[in-house]
Amino acid sequence: MRTIVVGAGPAGVRAVEQLVTAGLRPVWIDEAPDGGGRIYQRPPLGLTRDHRQLYGMEAGRARAVHDTLDALKSRTDWRPNTLVWHIDPHNRTLETLCAGQQATLTYDNAILCTGAMDRVIPLPGWTRPGVTTLGGAQIALKAQGCAIGQHVALVGTGPLLWLLAYQYLKNGARPVAVIDTTSFAHKARHAAALLPGGTVFWKGLWYMAAVRAAGTPVFEGARPVAITGSGDEVKAITFKTASGATRQITCDAVALGWGLKPEAQLADLAGVPFHFDEPQHNWVPEKDATGRTKVPAIYLAGDGAGIAGADAAEMAGARAALALLEDAGRTVPGPLTATLDGALARLSGFRATLERAFPFPADLARAMPDDTLVCRCEAISAGDLRAVGGRPATGAAPELNRAKAFTRLGMGRCQGRVCGPAGAEILATALGRDVAAIGRLRGQPPVKPVPLASATVQEAAE
Amino acid sequence: MSLTETQVLIIGAGGAGTSAALHLAQRNIPCVLLERGLVGGQASGVNYGGVRQQGRHPAELPIARRAMTLWQRLTEIVGTDAEFTVSGHLKLARTLEEEAELVAYLDVAREHDLPLRLVGRNALHEDYPWLGPKVIAGSLAPEDGAANPRLLVPALARAARDAGADIRENTRARALRFDGEMFEVETEYGLYRARWLLNTAGFWGGAVAEAFGESVPVSPLNPNMMVTEPMRYFIQPNLGVVGGNVYLRQIPRGNIIIGGGYGVSDPAVPWSRPRADETRAAMALAAELVPEIAGACVIRSWSGIDGQMPDHIPVIGPSRTTPCLLHAFGFSGHGFQLGPAIGAILSELVADGHTDVPLEAFDIARWTGPAERPDHP
Repeated sequence: MRTIVVGAGPAGVRAVEQLVTAGLRPVWIDEAPDGGGRIYQRPPLGLTRDHRQLYGMEAGRARAVHDTLDALKSRTDWRPNTLVWHIDPHNRTLETLCAGQQATLTYDNAILCTGAMDRVIPLPGWTRPGVTTLGGAQIALKAQGCAIGQHVALVGTGPLLWLLAYQYLKNGARPVAVIDTTSFAHKARHAAALLPGGTVFWKGLWYMAAVRAAGTPVFEGARPVAITGSGDEVKAITFKTASGATRQITCDAVALGWGLKPEAQLADLAGVPFHFDEPQHNWVPEKDATGRTKVPAIYLAGDGAGIAGADAAEMAGARAALALLEDAGRTVPGPLTATLDGALARLSGFRATLERAFPFPADLARAMPDDTLVCRCEAISAGDLRAVGGRPATGAAPELNRAKAFTRLGMGRCQGRVCGPAGAEILATALGRDVAAIGRLRGQPPVKPVPLASATVQEAAE
Repeated sequence: MSLTETQVLIIGAGGAGTSAALHLAQRNIPCVLLERGLVGGQASGVNYGGVRQQGRHPAELPIARRAMTLWQRLTEIVGTDAEFTVSGHLKLARTLEEEAELVAYLDVAREHDLPLRLVGRNALHEDYPWLGPKVIAGSLAPEDGAANPRLLVPALARAARDAGADIRENTRARALRFDGEMFEVETEYGLYRARWLLNTAGFWGGAVAEAFGESVPVSPLNPNMMVTEPMRYFIQPNLGVVGGNVYLRQIPRGNIIIGGGYGVSDPAVPWSRPRADETRAAMALAAELVPEIAGACVIRSWSGIDGQMPDHIPVIGPSRTTPCLLHAFGFSGHGFQLGPAIGAILSELVADGHTDVPLEAFDIARWTGPAERPDHP
């Protein structure tokens, strides 16, 4: 039985651990040079910061994931630096690209642990150098030990906003502003419901308290208006405070993000159905509590199957591997399965509440000025997109893929991974419909760009 | 179940169906166009976008010539040029046998007044210094070019609606009947009755014909398409090769659109997807044709569903079993350029009872046998 695990973040590591324990030798593929996922991204060789400095309160978990990863590599067919750009669920093949070489791998079963990325709402000025995502800024800190600027403003909402502010503080780089689109009152209302989240909840509170205690300027219930600057430089961020006053704060870099979205392109190409998850306000691939999908031999785990956080990802990875083993007729440890099922069920309730505590401000995307670029790859503005909801020569676009066909939104290098969510809000408003009713951008191979030249250096399938 | 009566019922809103609706509506003939998905959702909307006369089967050239006059007036007709650009179509030969084919086609072109110019090896590499060394000759059709397939059919549909045509999307024809006088088409949303039925349903045109006792060997054709990230604009003509295993064009914003080989599909869903091995083969052939693009990245690939006939030319013209039934399907991967003219021809058959464009080669009887031709009014 040939099993392939895609991804070596928390979910992938725990999935492989179970498979190896059961005596399998899976093929293990990851895009990064040394695994860890985005959350526990490892520094390049030579960076001397220790786990405590790099991962803060998560140092213990990061070390455990890394140690397990390192111990497992030699017991698998470990393929780092490898992109899976396509999957064919009928012939059960994966197309991979590594160092300019293509390979076709066959599988009997596959666990997709493809992780998540930042969810962005474009603002006027967001394409200026010096603007990055919260996740991008965090990776710069974790993997390179550097801040994105001297005077950094953090904008968005969600646990990552506050975690990053805290991490910047700990590293001696106090943000010039933390601009949270969620009001303090809204978060407070959900606090009681978050109590069952245990340590995750208390850590969150600690981050928020520490950021405030350090005297960081915090603006909650605020609305970012624009990132201004000149040439290639960011000079300031303008926003409206909760009371409606316009403020401008000088800064030289901005990180923004409104929660995460699943990197679910492979699940999509595999034919896994998707549904619109209201609390997450994301399209997520459908799986059951164990990670099984409606597509034979395809299992999903981790944030790629809906945002649930790193701790849940570890459990989901293990659980999906156990489901796979069970389906293959292996005996799996009953108590472990039951423990994971219980813990995952508790966490899923907590997560939905967390999403409600930090809601995606769809109105911010919907109110984007006409001249703001939504799709930076293809230079499509909010106004261009709104126009296809009206009466252009082609008639109105009734759904998102049609709007893509008419405007080129989401047709560039990122294939809508960045602009998709905000673009959907804008089109939905233009059409006077609910965002869930206008569909989602269809996935098409390759998952990420593949060079033409790589076609000529084929590696024989194993 | 609601009942809609009209003069002409059209099944399938690709290039042929939407242009038929437009031409009928322009002549004040009531028509309803039924489309199972969205207009231009399959072959007409996802194809390569070649607006090409060169290389066509001689029987298709009169239609292609007629279509070109409509393409040239597209903005006037539908309110957008659908990015139609006369870039020239350069068909390339990589072997002596391929070169001989280019030479042989010159006679065909001359017969149909299609301007064509053979370019020998030296002149070719001088005029197009970016061509790879394997290319030994070319044939340039200066009138040909390309357009954006994502825009053409929706624009035809909008113009047809504006002219009074009734286009129903997401409305699949479930059952089709002829009661000796009227056609009756059953859909989830109601019953449609009409004096005329136009079958412009692409691959699914086979099933429509079958419903009237005409069985034709049409199979799904899934073009394997891809596009690169933008790079410096330098490939002006639309490029093809003898044999057709790769074709590519660059749009002025820099992206290179490449086609080659065939994908997979399930027309019942409908669902289609390119094949990785075919994509790789086309990538290699494209880089061989224009070595400079080898460093570009493919950012997206796609496919769609067209109808392929064994002789690679469509079925166009009156049914052999049923009066007032007209077929136009099975365009075998090269119907995009013809689409605008097909609607004009079908509308003439309905309104005038004849058309000046010769259609004998496309007669459905070549598959169903010489049954007695029913009386078409």
